[in-house]
Amino acid sequence: MGSCCYSPSPSSSHLLATDFFSWGFKSSKLPFLQKRRFDRSQRASKICGYYGLRTPPYKLDALEPYMSLKTLEMHWGGHHRNYVEGLNKQLEKNDILYGFTMDELVKVTYNNGNPLPEFNNAAQVWNHDFFWESMQPGGGDMPKLGVLQQIEKDFGSFTNFREKFVEAALTLFGSGWVWLVLKKEERRLAVIKTSNGICPLVWDDIPIISLDMWEHAYYLDYKNDKGKYVNVFMNHLVSWNAAMARMARAEAFVNLGEPKIPIA
Amino acid sequence: MALRSVSRKSLGLAVGHVRGLQSFSLPELPYDYGALEPVISGEIMQLHHQKHHQTYITNYNKALEQLDQALAKADSSSIVQLQSAIKFNGGGHINHSIFWKNLAPIREGGGEPSKASLGWAIDTQFGSLKALIQRVNAEGAALQGSGWVWLALDKELKKLSVQTTANQDPLVTKGSALVPLFGIDVWEHAYYLQYKNVKADYLKNIWKVINWKYASEVYEKENL
Repeated sequence: MGSCCYSPSPSSSHLLATDFFSWGFKSSKLPFLQKRRFDRSQRASKICGYYGLRTPPYKLDALEPYMSLKTLEMHWGGHHRNYVEGLNKQLEKNDILYGFTMDELVKVTYNNGNPLPEFNNAAQVWNHDFFWESMQPGGGDMPKLGVLQQIEKDFGSFTNFREKFVEAALTLFGSGWVWLVLKKEERRLAVIKTSNGICPLVWDDIPIISLDMWEHAYYLDYKNDKGKYVNVFMNHLVSWNAAMARMARAEAFVNLGEPKIPIA
Repeated sequence: MALRSVSRKSLGLAVGHVRGLQSFSLPELPYDYGALEPVISGEIMQLHHQKHHQTYITNYNKALEQLDQALAKADSSSIVQLQSAIKFNGGGHINHSIFWKNLAPIREGGGEPSKASLGWAIDTQFGSLKALIQRVNAEGAALQGSGWVWLALDKELKKLSVQTTANQDPLVTKGSALVPLFGIDVWEHAYYLQYKNVKADYLKNIWKVINWKYASEVYEKENL
């Protein structure tokens, strides 16, 4: 299997309960203890792994006025939460998929293009985790240093990259996402769009920045004015700090420069 | 579908054939924006009709014009490349034009089930109207992303079926013999401002304004 691309944080899978109770606390010396355990075992007598809803790295109203509190509450508290709960419910029934990190789960459930039913929930959980972290209060402006250099190298100029990104967002048919990714094989940055919940991890790309173009992401704030939403994202929300951190990590997996071969 | 035929010479072509270029325009709603309240808010109806549907038409016309030019130049690469824009925007125009007719204000018979042959066909093939509603709502709820749910008539097999299409794909992409009796738009723009992310409530309520009379008319016309 290919290398693990990007893990935004340690896996958020935990054990809900284990079945200590089957170890047989049948000692008659502790009857009341046994009784208590028996009660609890009826509630949780199997091993469950689950994923949690990660909170964005800022308060829900911190992105005002560019992305309203209402949108964050709906989008994170409603949509994102539903994906997490949906995923956990599916995993209850299918223990083959326990114990993966979110990255791994996305790739495994993608199943090389024949997605398992869990894929949609898993991918959308990952996508939204990544999306919240792709934004910050006081975001926008321009990237600096290495990220800017790489963008200028691969797109000619930041302006050109920005145009491509906006164009991709506006020409997406239906629901989906726009990404700035680092392509491993080609060793360069690229703008790509994905439909519904597809995540570039499944193609072994390394995502650097993402923008949610599902209507629920902008409708409350911008109605059908996609152009305004995308421009506001670029001008005021996108976190180039996050991009920098992700690029730095990506360079452990992709050799971007020419190798420096010391001459003896 | 309102259709304005605009005949004009293709720009500066030496060959000089005159191609009639159709330009599509926004059909009128057969009711006021607020007429479907409280099931679908006036705000949604206005945005949906004046912004979303209009945008599809504008982009459809633009793509067709580009297609016209590409055809004149025999530019195969452009001809092929334009297909996805035509499918998406043209499909959006087709689907929404049907959708406006699929809805009717409650006081004009919206929600009143068909007592004619369509009602009988539904009972025969689905068991009951309730069963059909359950089926349609389940399909609508399960649809990932954007799309439509349809009650379709297969003209050849003379059977009803529930179909879903993704994005703005028209019903015919699911089968050339399929005729839409009615469609329900489950793109988020169709319900978000009012129902937020509770798609299920939107699906539950929209039956109150479904125009069964129109569906019956289509059914009787096509089910020969």
